[in-house]
Amino acid sequence: MNNQVEPQHFEFDAIAEADVAKEIALYPPGKQASAVKTLLDIAQRQVGRETGSAWVPRVAMDVVAKRLGVAPIRVYENATFYTMFNAKPIGKYHLQLCTTTPCWLRGSDDIVSACKKISGANFGQTSADGLFTMTEVECLGACVNAPILQINDDYYEDLNAERTEALLNKLKGGEALPPPGSTIGRQASAPITNQTTLLPANGPAE
Amino acid sequence: MAKVTVDGIEVEIANGSTVLQAAEAAGVEIPRFCYHERLSVAGNCRMCLVEIEKMPPRPQASCALPVSDGMVVHTDTEMVRKARRGVMEFLLINHPLDCPICDQGGECDLQDEAVSYGRDDSRYDEGKRAVAQLDWGPLVKTTMTRCIHCTRCIRFSTEVAGVSELGATARGESMQVGTYIQKALSSELSGNIIDLCPVGALTSKPYAFTARPWELRKTDSVDVLDAVGTNIRVDARGAEVLRILPRMNDDVNEEWLGDKSRFAVDGLKRRRLDRPWVRENGKLRAASWEEAFAAIAGRMKAVTPDRLGAITGDQCDVESMLALKEFFAALGSQNLDCRQDGAVFDASRRSFYLFNTTIAGIEEADALLIIGSNPRHEAPVLNARIRKRWLAGGFAAALIGTAHDLTYPAEQIGVGPDAITALLDGTHAFSATLEAAKAPMIILGAGVLARPDGAAIHAAAWQLALKYNMLSAEWHGFNVLHHAAARTGALDIGFLPGEGGKATSQMLQDGVDVLWLQGADELDVAAIGAKTFVIYQGHHGDAGAARADVILPGSAYTEKDGTYVSTEGRVQSGFLAVKAPGDAREDWRIIRALSAYMGHALPYDSLQDMRAHLAATYPLFAPANAFRRFAGTDTAAPAGDVSAMSDAPFVPVFETYYQTDAVSRASPTMAACIAAHAPVVAEAAE
Amino acid sequence: MLNDFDRIYKNLYGQMDWRLESARARGDWEGTAEILAKGRDVIVEEVKASGMRGRGGAGFPTGLKWSFMPKQSDGRPSYLVVNADESEPGTCKDRDIIRHEPHKLIEGCLIAGFAMGANTGFIYIRGEYYNEAQRLQAAIDEAYAAGLLGKNAAGSGFDFELVLHRGAGAYICGEESAMLESLEGKKGMPRMKPPFPAAMGLYGCPTTVNNVETIAGVPTILRRGAAWFSALGRPKNSGTKIFCISGHVNNPCNVEEELGVPLKDLIEKHAGGVRGGWDNLQAIIPGGASAPVLNKEMCDTQLMDFDSLAAVKSMMGSGAIIVMDKSTDVVKAIWRLSKFFKHESCGQCTPCREGTGWMMRMMDRVVQNKASLADIGLLEQVTTQVAGHTICAFGEAASWPIQGMMRAFRPMVEQRTIDYQPPPAIPQAAE
Repeated sequence: MNNQVEPQHFEFDAIAEADVAKEIALYPPGKQASAVKTLLDIAQRQVGRETGSAWVPRVAMDVVAKRLGVAPIRVYENATFYTMFNAKPIGKYHLQLCTTTPCWLRGSDDIVSACKKISGANFGQTSADGLFTMTEVECLGACVNAPILQINDDYYEDLNAERTEALLNKLKGGEALPPPGSTIGRQASAPITNQTTLLPANGPAE
Repeated sequence: MAKVTVDGIEVEIANGSTVLQAAEAAGVEIPRFCYHERLSVAGNCRMCLVEIEKMPPRPQASCALPVSDGMVVHTDTEMVRKARRGVMEFLLINHPLDCPICDQGGECDLQDEAVSYGRDDSRYDEGKRAVAQLDWGPLVKTTMTRCIHCTRCIRFSTEVAGVSELGATARGESMQVGTYIQKALSSELSGNIIDLCPVGALTSKPYAFTARPWELRKTDSVDVLDAVGTNIRVDARGAEVLRILPRMNDDVNEEWLGDKSRFAVDGLKRRRLDRPWVRENGKLRAASWEEAFAAIAGRMKAVTPDRLGAITGDQCDVESMLALKEFFAALGSQNLDCRQDGAVFDASRRSFYLFNTTIAGIEEADALLIIGSNPRHEAPVLNARIRKRWLAGGFAAALIGTAHDLTYPAEQIGVGPDAITALLDGTHAFSATLEAAKAPMIILGAGVLARPDGAAIHAAAWQLALKYNMLSAEWHGFNVLHHAAARTGALDIGFLPGEGGKATSQMLQDGVDVLWLQGADELDVAAIGAKTFVIYQGHHGDAGAARADVILPGSAYTEKDGTYVSTEGRVQSGFLAVKAPGDAREDWRIIRALSAYMGHALPYDSLQDMRAHLAATYPLFAPANAFRRFAGTDTAAPAGDVSAMSDAPFVPVFETYYQTDAVSRASPTMAACIAAHAPVVAEAAE
Repeated sequence: MLNDFDRIYKNLYGQMDWRLESARARGDWEGTAEILAKGRDVIVEEVKASGMRGRGGAGFPTGLKWSFMPKQSDGRPSYLVVNADESEPGTCKDRDIIRHEPHKLIEGCLIAGFAMGANTGFIYIRGEYYNEAQRLQAAIDEAYAAGLLGKNAAGSGFDFELVLHRGAGAYICGEESAMLESLEGKKGMPRMKPPFPAAMGLYGCPTTVNNVETIAGVPTILRRGAAWFSALGRPKNSGTKIFCISGHVNNPCNVEEELGVPLKDLIEKHAGGVRGGWDNLQAIIPGGASAPVLNKEMCDTQLMDFDSLAAVKSMMGSGAIIVMDKSTDVVKAIWRLSKFFKHESCGQCTPCREGTGWMMRMMDRVVQNKASLADIGLLEQVTTQVAGHTICAFGEAASWPIQGMMRAFRPMVEQRTIDYQPPPAIPQAAE
């Protein structure tokens, strides 16, 4: 995956085109540059569909620039400012590990070790089999369900090392991503036990 | 107006002004790195912090804060000093301490401010940031480890130059100013970012490690590589011109300079004619002035005056052209022309050939029609003024001729004169725009006048100006954009065929027996008759010298005191910065000497006498004659048969921006620019 | 403890369906047209009277903010922008509103848009919230289909378009002017103020930026009345607030409580107590990453509202409570926040671009016991050189955790320097 060369050509496919048109139309006339992040995201997803590696090659940035009528450098600025655009090819599963304080307090170091163990990759690297890319990310905003591992679009919450390894091993074994959310069957952000508010017994009051 | 007190000094300043401007009005200097009066306000360097009474007790960025009436500003309190020292420390922690090998040394804002706000020791014990070297092409050298991220270069290229290729990628301390992709800067104004860069991140590549600013002798001058009349400063050491920088002139170039005018400087020391040459048996041989004069005198005296001709080039100073004109008058010849491109048009009134709107006046226009010109190449600084006008809004531009990216939208409304005809009929779509405009203007490229139907188009363009209300007591919207610095001055002194005299095309093909080329290299020398005896007076071994039978080595614009009239009719003088090489001499003095040699001594023998004579003969050159914009009250049209316009499309005057004259053709830097922007040509050339 | 009846977010935990039908059963979209029929001035006054202060962190009075919007358009449209860029470490409340109570937010957008004369609203949601964005878009689509958005929204006679805009990974976009830049398709770099968004915001037009929780609370306030809301909480700190309790507690959770609730109560009652008991508590960050940390002594009696926390030089911020027990290396916890701020600095202005990296590197050495007492003094000085000198409040946000640490834990931090012998100084040129 990492030896993938910079492609020479990119154009939005039919699936992408539908989204592109819809997204640009959301903004006032002349303000279509607002859609730059969305178009980069659409391009990244398309490259992911086509190659199994969701990243934004430069030709795609140029296509986005042309479509929005902005200078390419303005698109490059966006693509490098925001962390969710991958400037290099990545693995099929993008392991985005939050290690910010709330996750760290809940044991994100263990999750990092587990991911490193299964993938054999360090932060910033892709596993030899091209399956996993490890990225250290900042707070994902699901802190009461820490520690969190984001794989591609999905959050896996309330993790520990064991469950992380199991999850990654399943992916390694060819299984699809399980449904996102708590890995211990917790109801969203409610306390794991001893829920004190909004108890079903209290009913939908008012 | 708001009353603002800065450090106890009360000033009145327009509402909407910033605190920094108020401080300047009060004569209080505020340090700044990112702020620049000709760029948008970024407010990012945080060096201009000041304290303001009755505001939250924290320092305020004076560059961005609007004044309010009664505001009391302090720029030298403990809070302010502390804040600026803090900012300075931050700027320096990741700035390399490589001043001894930095070309900015001695003219570095960071260095200067560090004297006021820097510490005498470092408290930074961590690793310093270093970033990769970037290649921005042959002109601008980057040392981005020195960059302090003020974004002046980004704002200049985006806003003024109108070529958005610089940006700041990534973020935080990883933020990097650059092009992201490897590419040479493609703006014709790119060199200005070197002047704007407050540190040594962007320096001149050709000038790298050449000199320290304090070693340089600085001479005010005027650029002659186009006809804008950009005010420049020539920096020289010993006998060598090392660099050329813009001088500020709000009416002309603001503080910008085109890349060719800035960087072709290395062409000034190459291919120079530094001694007289005489052709013998088909070959040029070095000669003495005496020998050269003897050869010329012998030949000139052997033919009748009507077989003598003179053509002046694009960079001649008015003094030399006047001397040549009067020398030929003394010899009895009427065969004079300053239009080496062969243009024939009615130059009987100044307003027929000037950029009448004036460069500053562009900012008052609200519609523009460009005919057969690419101002971006022919006058990049003037083009930047058009862009400035466009940015201000409420401005429509259209172009007849080859489409170019002019850095502002200019709709291509035709490729040839038929579009002019349609506009004259009022049937063209752009007619309505011109009709509705309050201050419309036309720019007629000088290249158009060189067409066989040049006079016809000249007349037609004037008709357009008349029809669309461009000529009035308050406004003059008819403009010829020259690209030759000498042209307007030559027309002003009537360096044109006299009664029964021959124009350029008539002097070629053996139309004369002796042809004097004064720095004329842009004509087709192959068209000069085989029997014609050619005298080339000039500074570079270019096309004219190659064809010459006698070469008289003259001076380039940096080597003489010379007067030039810009395309807008502004009379300006440059001063001698260095002596011409070898035996070369100032051009008017060569002619003066030859005139004496041939017994027709011209009536001036010093620069003062020469200039006094010039001013007496042509009052517009009198020092008292200040530049002003003329009204369009004399509407009488130039001679020319509008119906004689052909269908031929307009073609660009220049194939490339970078090499258009003898100096820039001799410049390796300019050759490198061409190579950088057209790799195919590069392969063929090297 | 707040009664469930007085909780705005009955479906905070997603125990019920999020869709329109279920939302309606919870009271959303009930009589929206009648609320709008009261007119924008009445609505603004009601919100002012409720005492609602912005739930994003700064706590600016919401009704007052709305009143800055022009009453009469000068030809430019006005915009509402909802800040759903929830990125302050420790904070995950808006996420719950978006995925479980999206219609409260959407209805709030319509009402707020009407109250400020904005016919278009944008919700800027952080890019990582992909599934949440899908959910919210589905809810918006439902609302359009039911005539609650678009022309004559909810039968009110008022036209309102609502657009969901996804970010792409940048904490700074939670700063309102950076958010507007980002919405315009630029890098999220904060703007200088003035001009303020109400005068010149999105696309140069009058704009108000409000947090999700602020906007989503508005419909309930208007239904139950300002008096109801202002009766909850403490003076000038009225109403309810969702707190996010994370870190070393037995039951980390989100919970909606009255403002002014004692910190200890929140943790003991709702979050199952500190791991190992209250006495095992070492430190709490009470309002998200940028809020200065409190030591146990401070926590014992601390009330959770804007003014009570400001009084101890901390802040309530977004209501994110990060709990650390005695096993925690507090310096390392704060270092990790320094790393966060260094990573998230936009890089625009000097003190923040250069200072965040410097602070992080010095913190790094403190964590590794490789800092001297003088280094710590320097670190504190650097924080003061950053805070108050930047374009936006990020400079403060990055400095306060360290300053807070020094206030609450100075002896512990200084203890780390005792054994450190700095390497001999190498003479250097000035900087």
